[in-house]
Amino acid sequence: MFETLILMLDATMRVSTPLIFAALAGLYSERAGIVDIGLEGKILGSAFAAAAAASVFGSAWVGLCFGILASVGLAMIHGFACITHRGDHIVSGVAINTIVAGLTVTLSMYWFGMGGQTPALVGDARFLDITFPFADAMESVPVIGAIYSNLLSGHNILVYLAFAMVPVTYWVIYKTRFGLRLRAVGENPHAVDTAGISVSLIRYRALIICGILCGLAGAYLSTAHNAGFLKDMSAGKGYMALAALIFGKWRPVPVLLACLLFGFLDAVAVRMQGVVIPGIGEVPVQAIEVLPYVLTVLLLAGFIGKAIGPKAIGRPYVKERA
Amino acid sequence: MSQAKVPTWVNIALIPALNIMLAFLVSGLVILAIGENPIEAAGYLIYGAFGYDEGIGYTLYYATNLIFTGLAVSVAFKGGLFNIGGEGQAYIGGLGVGLVCLSLDHSMPFYVIAPLAIVGAAIFGAAWAYIPAYLQARRGSHIVITTIMFNFIASSLMVYLIVNWLKEDGRMAPNSRTFEENAWLPYLHELLSPLGIDIGDSPLNLTFIWALLCCVFVWGLIWHTRWGYQLRTLGTNPTAARYAGIDTAKVTIWAMLISGGLAGFVGLNEIMGVNHNLLLNFTAGYGFAGIAVALMGRNHPIGIILAAILFGALYQGGAELAFEIPTITPEIVIAIQGLVILFSGALEHMFKDRIEGFFIRRAVA
Repeated sequence: MFETLILMLDATMRVSTPLIFAALAGLYSERAGIVDIGLEGKILGSAFAAAAAASVFGSAWVGLCFGILASVGLAMIHGFACITHRGDHIVSGVAINTIVAGLTVTLSMYWFGMGGQTPALVGDARFLDITFPFADAMESVPVIGAIYSNLLSGHNILVYLAFAMVPVTYWVIYKTRFGLRLRAVGENPHAVDTAGISVSLIRYRALIICGILCGLAGAYLSTAHNAGFLKDMSAGKGYMALAALIFGKWRPVPVLLACLLFGFLDAVAVRMQGVVIPGIGEVPVQAIEVLPYVLTVLLLAGFIGKAIGPKAIGRPYVKERA
Repeated sequence: MSQAKVPTWVNIALIPALNIMLAFLVSGLVILAIGENPIEAAGYLIYGAFGYDEGIGYTLYYATNLIFTGLAVSVAFKGGLFNIGGEGQAYIGGLGVGLVCLSLDHSMPFYVIAPLAIVGAAIFGAAWAYIPAYLQARRGSHIVITTIMFNFIASSLMVYLIVNWLKEDGRMAPNSRTFEENAWLPYLHELLSPLGIDIGDSPLNLTFIWALLCCVFVWGLIWHTRWGYQLRTLGTNPTAARYAGIDTAKVTIWAMLISGGLAGFVGLNEIMGVNHNLLLNFTAGYGFAGIAVALMGRNHPIGIILAAILFGALYQGGAELAFEIPTITPEIVIAIQGLVILFSGALEHMFKDRIEGFFIRRAVA
């Protein structure tokens, strides 16, 4: 039982990682007042760019750089449309998701000709698992050993980075001047403008951070979690991250918990495949799969707590002119 | 703002044309970047979509789905609502059609099944839109997020229902049994051949006519009824709508019900018209494509028909293009679709303000 739990928590960490990156990405963007439906597209774009670059240059780190570049590029298109040209945030996000879904397959067919995949990544082209010191020796120690050796040790660097990003984000959002301005821009851009700070600049900076984090999520999918890019490999993770962001009420630590919950549900769904529970019968996997979405809808409906987003979210800022 | 008016043709023709040209220009650059000739590619695309009878049939068959989802998005848009859940509503609408066909095809003739299937598609599609609509209207939860969530819920629900309940016994393939032929919508080429008209074999079926009727219905509903006026008022200025005594929550819910019902008709075309069984993922992104169609069609039925035919041509021509030039995949059409959404939706103000300014200045001078 305990071993099963450790295995499931281990799986939870792996599945949650891209959700954490992407949900934090959305946090920066939405806290600055930019709705980001385009998380999905940025993850997919980065996954492709990272896998393609990693397979060409044979280095996961080079891949990561290209993934981040692609994702930031997409974030800048979003910014150009929403901030500079006051376009609809949702429409722009949908556009980015659609463009990326088509373009990644088109480009990977052209470059690699493998039916929309990239070549399988081996060796240094992937982020490999890190074993903590003494992990082998500790394994025989009861409870603590299993937690240390099997749960905490043995992940790749991006997993640890994702978890580290949570306190960093907390610090940036709540403890720095930039964070204060970022939150202010999302709540009351007029006030920020009155103080002589450029609303556009803050929002663009928020989107750059959003792009970097989505880039990490995408690179994780294609160069760490899997060994290469597959068509549509983001598979709704961007939307699930968006759900986690709302479920965590746009705050770093609750968002982390929401990501872990959704990741855990995913691990449970995989485990429960075909398992018959006495008295209940076989629980359909789909019922567990939809839980994140159902829970988010319930939360949005105000049945379990209340999700109140940043006040100025989704609204273009128009500077008043005399 | 000055009183001078921008000429109508600028808004309904020039700006959309400019936006779509820009989208095609960027698409051309993409094709150029993968080492192919964009002009040659466009040639194959146009020939594939319009060059021969079957091609035209396929174009109109794709357009049928896009008219439904385009109308669905635009009815909601008119009320200031963004229904991004067309995909899920179409999926569940197809379930309604499938259930009607599966339960009645042994006992009822076609003329009983067909109207019931239409009702089934509309009710199931509308029901799937109802919960997000209710939550938006009464509890203030954001419709974009809830409809996205409902797309995923619909997808899991359909997998569950088809795999566990509706799958044909003893078969591995996740789809229902094939309907009896009295539950098939007739193909247009079958209907027209007795009249001596040959339009070539294609999946184009009676649903296309129904789609055109829906356009007329939406046009009448939005511009020629009291409810349509309320809907447009709500979309233009919700505060004014409330002040004028319009029950905005009720209008919101009805707008989404109609929107969901229209999206549900995709199921009619796909399930009853073409596949003749209930299967997974038949919606294939039509719900999202409807956003592009509605944006390009300026939320007007005539514009939507034109935009749907344009995108239908891209789908069909894209398949032809991929066949002629193997380095190009049919997915490039999805990228083009995204570029259209970007330029005619998200970046609509990029030229609009400047062009309108130009015409206003000219009118004043």
